[in-house]
Amino acid sequence: MRRSALACWVVLPLLVGLWGVLAWQLDTSLLPSPAAVLNTLQREAASGELQRHLAVTLQRVALSFLLAMAFGSLIGIAMGRLAWLDALLDPLLVLLLNLPALVLIILLYVWFGLVEAAAILAVVINKVPNVAVTLREGARSLDPRLEQMARVYGFSSPMRLWHVWLPQLFPYLMAATRGGLALIWKIVLVVELLGRSDGVGFQLHLAFQVFDVAGLLAYSLAFIAIVQLIELGLLQPLERRATRWRRTGVEHAGAEHG
Amino acid sequence: MAEFDVPAGHAILAPMSLKVAPGDHICLLGPSGIGKTTLLNRLAGLERGQPRPTLRIGYLFQEHRLLPWRTLRDNLRLVGVGRDQVKPLLARVGLEQAADRYPDQLSLGMARRAALARCLAMRPDLLLLDEPFASLDPHRADELKGLIRMLLKQFPAMAMICVTHEARDAEALANRIWYLAGRPAHLRYDARLDAEAHAGLARRLDALGRQASGQANGEPLSIDSIDS
Repeated sequence: MRRSALACWVVLPLLVGLWGVLAWQLDTSLLPSPAAVLNTLQREAASGELQRHLAVTLQRVALSFLLAMAFGSLIGIAMGRLAWLDALLDPLLVLLLNLPALVLIILLYVWFGLVEAAAILAVVINKVPNVAVTLREGARSLDPRLEQMARVYGFSSPMRLWHVWLPQLFPYLMAATRGGLALIWKIVLVVELLGRSDGVGFQLHLAFQVFDVAGLLAYSLAFIAIVQLIELGLLQPLERRATRWRRTGVEHAGAEHG
Repeated sequence: MAEFDVPAGHAILAPMSLKVAPGDHICLLGPSGIGKTTLLNRLAGLERGQPRPTLRIGYLFQEHRLLPWRTLRDNLRLVGVGRDQVKPLLARVGLEQAADRYPDQLSLGMARRAALARCLAMRPDLLLLDEPFASLDPHRADELKGLIRMLLKQFPAMAMICVTHEARDAEALANRIWYLAGRPAHLRYDARLDAEAHAGLARRLDALGRQASGQANGEPLSIDSIDS
């Protein structure tokens, strides 16, 4: 346990070290040193620009994430449980899964103009099929024996959803959440780059125009750090709490006979 | 008390009409894979398109089917057991210490007793037991058998249908025997047991099994015809 806790601090510092040496050797503005990036980060933070753009992007990520998870779960679970709906929607799902994010973004901007709603909608439509496919798998694997149990013991629909389905779907929801967060913030950046005038994506656009690599790295690293914080502070504690029953099972199973 | 019908055209069961009276302790026997569990599911109203049964049913499935992510306490609370009723109910099956355990922390025998407690929580008119003694070592099986006998005594109006392979189980629990055989499965034998009939039950059931396997579907079997 201790060893693996330390191990995760090996690769990233090594990478930063390598980057520092390389930047020092090459001595070009196209590869600024870690210190230079940190400087940029501090300057942007001091002016308040960093926080403003991070907040805007985070808001877009949160909104589109929630919408995509809600619709995707609903569609996925329904498709997993109802064969006719699955047959009906499956071709559409395959189509959307293979539609490049960029095409969708451009189309929506062209049709609806460079507005916030089009930006969010583009991200949501990109993500919904992934969530639906994952949750469909989960809904298909729901234990029919527990369904019978719930029926015999007269569970109401909300009880069945909360106590029988949700714990079984939890790993699939987690998978969709992890994959979703990573995918969504990348798409949000593209959406911002193409058609918004604030957010991290917009800042990257500006940095790109003047080849400001330090600014580019500062903004993207800041956002990666935020995603990492969400993972450590929100997702992992949630997961630990929800899978507590699994661990107790392993620790005690067979330890006692009675 | 209740009448159950299996309609014509059922995939596994032949059409039949079954009457169960309060206090009936039925052991349902028959070759493996013949449709005994299917019949129990039918009686519990679990088959596709069946309405909810009108009488209260407690069903002890072959697996415990407790929710593994909920403690025994929460599992019982979910079927309507009051906060302060959990412990007394678990005490009935000898698990008063295990209220805060998860099902996977229990041995097979304990988990089955916990599931039995959940059946009792329904205050059932009809208790369905699907091979309750399977995979238990003889000592645990006897213990559970004793527990079920005691519960049957405590709730004399409750009817029971217990799927089993063992004539010994029928001797210990039943006052009525059903024997299912054939494809589709017919109820080939249905009779009450008096004290006398209990005596040689094992031998008779054995003969019944041989006769059923050697015979085509159709006419009902009778233990008397075997004896004579």
